[in-house]
Amino acid sequence: MVDSRVDYTKVKPYGDTLNDGKVQLSFSLPVPYGDEANEAAKQLAKKMGMEEPSVVHSKDLGLGYTFFVMYGSCTHTVNFDVIEVPKVDMEFLDKYGVEDYIKENIKRDIVILGACTGSDAHTVGIDAIMNMKGFDGNYGLERYKGIEALNLGSQVPNEELVAKAVETNADAILVSQVVTQKDVHIPNLTELVELLEAEGIRDKIVLVCGGPRLGHELAQELGYDAGFGPGTFANHVASFIVKQIVERDLV
Amino acid sequence: MEELKSKLNLDQKKIKNSRNAARKIAEETQKFIENHTTISVERTVVRLLGVDNVNEIEEPLPNVLVDNIKDGGGLQQGAAFWIGNAMVQKNLTPQEIAEEINKGDLDITKIPIADIKDIKDAVNGIAKNTVDKIRETRETRENYLENLGEGSKPYLYVIVATGNIYEDIEQAKAAAHQGADIVAVIRTTAQSLLDYVPYGATSEGFGGTYATQENFRLMREALDQAGEEVGRYIRLCNYCSGLCMPEIAAMGALERLDVMLNDALYGILFRDINMQRTLVDQFFSRIINGYAGIIINTGEDNYLTTSDAVEEAHTVLASQFINEQFALLAGLKEEQMGLGHAFEMNPKLENGFLMELAQAQMAREIFPNAPLKYMPPTKFMTGDIFKGHVQDAMFNLISIWTNQAIQLLGMPTEAIHTPHLQDRMLSIENAQYIFNNAKNIGDEIEFKQDGMIQKRAQQVLEEAENMLKDIEREGIFKTIEQGKFGGVKRAFTGGKGLAGVVEKDAGYYNPFIEMMLGGGK
Repeated sequence: MVDSRVDYTKVKPYGDTLNDGKVQLSFSLPVPYGDEANEAAKQLAKKMGMEEPSVVHSKDLGLGYTFFVMYGSCTHTVNFDVIEVPKVDMEFLDKYGVEDYIKENIKRDIVILGACTGSDAHTVGIDAIMNMKGFDGNYGLERYKGIEALNLGSQVPNEELVAKAVETNADAILVSQVVTQKDVHIPNLTELVELLEAEGIRDKIVLVCGGPRLGHELAQELGYDAGFGPGTFANHVASFIVKQIVERDLV
Repeated sequence: MEELKSKLNLDQKKIKNSRNAARKIAEETQKFIENHTTISVERTVVRLLGVDNVNEIEEPLPNVLVDNIKDGGGLQQGAAFWIGNAMVQKNLTPQEIAEEINKGDLDITKIPIADIKDIKDAVNGIAKNTVDKIRETRETRENYLENLGEGSKPYLYVIVATGNIYEDIEQAKAAAHQGADIVAVIRTTAQSLLDYVPYGATSEGFGGTYATQENFRLMREALDQAGEEVGRYIRLCNYCSGLCMPEIAAMGALERLDVMLNDALYGILFRDINMQRTLVDQFFSRIINGYAGIIINTGEDNYLTTSDAVEEAHTVLASQFINEQFALLAGLKEEQMGLGHAFEMNPKLENGFLMELAQAQMAREIFPNAPLKYMPPTKFMTGDIFKGHVQDAMFNLISIWTNQAIQLLGMPTEAIHTPHLQDRMLSIENAQYIFNNAKNIGDEIEFKQDGMIQKRAQQVLEEAENMLKDIEREGIFKTIEQGKFGGVKRAFTGGKGLAGVVEKDAGYYNPFIEMMLGGGK
């Protein structure tokens, strides 16, 4: 559905009137609470491209810091018509769809390894995809017929993951990275690709990463077949894997 | 303590049976624990005897010393025995002994053995000084609490996690000014798997800051200052877990930490640390925490991040019973047992709030003297900060309603980043508003006889009782091997750190157990 009044070549934020540009902002400044602080926040908002910025709430955070809630009208626009976002572009199957697809097109059980690698100990993401129970009413891969899902858990060294992939003749590897502060995940994800290449099995494996701060574009840049962000369930990942196996003739 | 009137109509016999089963489970495991020691327990003894500092390759001298004992095949006698012997034979202090070993001038297990009485006398003198120092540290806290006072319960517990201790200090001081009662410094990711404790002040961590003795000291100093400014004592919390669990306890006891995450099973399940190692380590760490007057926080909340909060609620209760019994065996008072649980049900669930309420009230009634630690929603936080703020408000309401003691504040930005300065303020405001506005709600409202809330609690208790009876039959080791906690399976001889476990010799010596167990003689 589209609003015919909107000029998609010049889109700006909407508050309650088309093109009013209204934006809410909140941030802290390292300045003491008071009128000067509010003025500093307004000047900063102007530099961000806000017209008529107003501080609707400010709060002393102690120790010379102040928090602001602001509104302003954004002067900038974007051209929506020319936007293209790389993403996993496919029709996702549901659990039964995946199971049938495996039965009809692959005709054997496939092996999927999952792990939180490197120093990452946060398994909530990989558990949501792999574990029997799944997440939010969507079963995990362990419950899929035709899929042998092995969740290796947290803080798995890349070497161990690659060794396990060789040992189990894995069809796909899922890597979860939740801790991404200071980009700690980048070298870790890169290392896995290098190890798989060194073993000569990169081409034989569907390699997928996921996490709250990971997208498909970054994943592809790092040498992965796909990257999945928030809102992903087991059937999305499974759909991608089974279709890749067929498309890349890894049956 | 006045008798709490049960609002849930819980069957007292089921509670008693559960507690009995948990005691037998803990006692059975305790036999194993008391026959074993670990390299981390021995490094703790070495630290308590005054060995500190690192060598030229940043290796802590306690590690250098204990590795020398281990390589010489002497670990089963205990580090105190070998240090005492070297003190007698070489007339050196423990620190000098470590330095000599590091230089390669001394091989501690290869010197002649002195008279055992002389060995014990030498060690006990130093040990007593350390224990006195820890007692004085505890008394300093007690004086602060008496003279400066503290915030009212539930204590507002916030985390700082910048990776840089100096930045952490700024955030912690600001949090104290905003109303926080407890500040926890999150550790850098993976520190739990280091088999040594890093040294000195640190400014580079990922998702957290290294736990070092110097970082402890710096933060303590800052929070004491902030406490004076705001007119209430601010408690400091860290993580007494992982492969160096008892060493962290010793450092925390000396630097006056007030609260420690310290779970008997967490490391086994969620960090894949060998179960023998963790169970032996937790015993000594809890003796130290007990003596130092530190409140421990157990980690049952974590079960619900990997398994379902509705279906697996009884595993939380069963684990609380077991943690309680392990803590009692290590001499911790009930008032120091911050048993953990969490608000982790799917927000889409019909009447999920009622089930959360039942669970929180049940924990309160079954462990009336324990300062329960209540963990905020994390698993179902989405990045929608507005919804997240409401989820946290629901969590805060249950806490004040059921008289929880330690409220780990949920952040609207959970699932996005470690808290920013204003996130903490918004969370504190949220809790303060609800805690004040609904202060006596628990005194006023009772639950309907045989209604949903009562029935839910009764059901969870019954399932926990059955589980504990199963565990009593099978033993804790088998239960973990079968994956009954958090849905995680661990093998008796699997996981990290098994190589650091040894069976004690008849001549094993550790003066601190006797001096500190049960608050000391």
